[in-house]
Amino acid sequence: MKRVYPDKEYCIGCHLCELACITAHSASKDLIIAYRDERAASGLSPCKRVFEKGDTCVAISCRHCDEPSCVAACISGGLHKDPETGRTVYDRDKCVGCWSCLMACPYGAIRRHPIENKIVKCDLCEGRAEGPACVQACPNAALKYEER
Amino acid sequence: MLFQPVNKNYHEFCIDRDPDLCISCKVCVRQCSYQAHFFDEARQKVVHDNTKCIGCHRCEALCPTAALNIRNKPSDFRTNKLWRPVFLQNIYKQADTGGVLLAGMGSPVDIPVYWDRMLLDASQVTNPSIDPLREPMELKTFLGAKPRKISVENDKNGKPSLKTKLSPQIELEVPIMFAAMSFGAINFNLHQAMARAATETGVVYNTGEGGLHKSLYKYGRNTIVQVASGRFGVHLDYLKAGVGIEIKVGQGAKPGIGGHLPGEKINDKVSETRMVPIGSDAISPAPHHDIYSIEDLLQLIFALKEASEYKVPVAVKIAAVHNVAAIASGIVRAGADIVTIDGMRGGTGAAPAMIRDNVGIPIELALAQVDQRLRDEGIRNQASIVAAGGIRCSADVVKAIALGADAVYIGTATLIAVGCTICGRCYTGKCPWGIATNDPKLSKRQNPDIAAKKLTNLIHAWGHEIEEMLGGMGLNSIESLRGNRDKLRGVGLSDTELDILGIKHAGR
Ligand code: SF4
Ligand code: SF4
Ligand code: SF4
Ligand code: SF4
Repeated sequence: MKRVYPDKEYCIGCHLCELACITAHSASKDLIIAYRDERAASGLSPCKRVFEKGDTCVAISCRHCDEPSCVAACISGGLHKDPETGRTVYDRDKCVGCWSCLMACPYGAIRRHPIENKIVKCDLCEGRAEGPACVQACPNAALKYEER
Repeated sequence: MLFQPVNKNYHEFCIDRDPDLCISCKVCVRQCSYQAHFFDEARQKVVHDNTKCIGCHRCEALCPTAALNIRNKPSDFRTNKLWRPVFLQNIYKQADTGGVLLAGMGSPVDIPVYWDRMLLDASQVTNPSIDPLREPMELKTFLGAKPRKISVENDKNGKPSLKTKLSPQIELEVPIMFAAMSFGAINFNLHQAMARAATETGVVYNTGEGGLHKSLYKYGRNTIVQVASGRFGVHLDYLKAGVGIEIKVGQGAKPGIGGHLPGEKINDKVSETRMVPIGSDAISPAPHHDIYSIEDLLQLIFALKEASEYKVPVAVKIAAVHNVAAIASGIVRAGADIVTIDGMRGGTGAAPAMIRDNVGIPIELALAQVDQRLRDEGIRNQASIVAAGGIRCSADVVKAIALGADAVYIGTATLIAVGCTICGRCYTGKCPWGIATNDPKLSKRQNPDIAAKKLTNLIHAWGHEIEEMLGGMGLNSIESLRGNRDKLRGVGLSDTELDILGIKHAGR
């Protein structure tokens, strides 16, 4: 399956991928409204985080693992592996906010929702015609959406 | 504002931040390597300090809401044709520092750009123009000494073969090369990008004076290695690594001046390639200490030919200065296979501003004079001429070739293709576009995959345009344009200028 692969050699730590992510997952689909209003109102936050250490940066989001620890850890069936697309899918309605997945994910790719008892996790911009927004926004081709 | 020297107010740029658009996302804060943007904790928003901005436009390019505009500071000094603002600002600066004014990039001064005063011809009625999309068009160029005449012999079946022994040549698919920009002055990512793009497009790039990193030897078929006065990174394998060797005597942006790569730019990779210790300044002396005459130059040319077993042509690069034609003639007589003339608008990583802006002559005049002189002396075939310094577009390339160049070097244009905005602060090592810097955080802004693609596109684009212009003139090969000054006409030039350029005025 196609996944988003970060390239830490050329990630420049601009965080534009995070901004693209929140825009794609916002109600308004407008960066300015999403950043200014929706973040505060609905706790909109990016599924992807850029980590920096020294001169190195890397943008981390869900790897959509073949054998996902999060799915194994989930107590409520809120996470499952879609057999057709291969994606690790989050079902917000089933999630009870126990954070088991958050602790199980070896990549630290799941985060708490800032205001609700829910999680925030990459869905590869499900349904977005242009594919993942972060990949499209990255100015340095440090994110690749491809089969490997 | 308070507690800062008054001349801090004479900064060059203003940062316009549209408050309706700015979301304080800090992208600009992270991008500006001059710390002009910062997050103000008291106001809880991103603000800026205009005095720190050097006008590179990096923040503007990456701001996701297009909230930024970088403008020249609108405040004007009292109009004075003699004391233009730049002179005032320079004096204020020097009165503070007591130092030499440093500058990066090519000279911005207002000397005539002759490219803009020359127009090309096209075919009408009497000779047909050629459509390069339908008919063959040859841009292939060979650099190196050409025989005065060739002799051919026929074997007993009448099959002809060439008897004359040809000198080694550099083969170019398009008469454009990436100019010498040393590894150190620009970073490894861009060296790799130039090497890959040259390979992809069938042209060559010049290593500059900083040696060749071992991982780039595999691009040798598309590499010219340079030997300059500092002899950085020069050893036998290096001399044999490329398809040509260039002795750099001078640089258009700073004739008569050496080079100085500050220790901060010498990281491990630069150090091993240049063969100098990490962190030590790499100083190229102004002269080659073994060249004080044409005879000395001859010795070096032949030492290099000997070392490379006469397998590659040797070029000599000089800055365009007053007696350039006579000097070029001496260089050819000394055995150079290629003469590179670098005009005064050529780029540089660092040069004293006074030298850059006041020394040398424009490439167009130098090129025309060198070509004419070599022809008059009957030695034009002994060397190819490469023009460099201020070639901005494919029409400049075509005009240079019509004036007598065999090929051109593009340096500044190469950097612009990968993002350079000619802010002219290459000497600070803080290039926000990740070009003239070895800071790992900045140099990774140049992803070689992207950079190589852009450079490849540039060569292809210019190649297509050159074909179009040639076709329009009814020519089907670049060879027919070379030194064909009848294809050029001057506009608004004096008789002296026309005479030096060897062209007629438009209308004649
Ligand atoms: S959330 Fe973590 S464990 Fe689950 S699929 Fe994604 S990367 Fe794997
Ligand atoms: S947009 Fe690209 S370069 Fe910028 S932080 Fe994200 S992955 Fe890194
Ligand atoms: S990058 Fe643009 S939107 Fe973000 S803080 Fe800077 S000016 Fe504001
Ligand atoms: S990034 Fe460049 S243009 Fe923007 S504020 Fe900094 S120096 Fe000025």
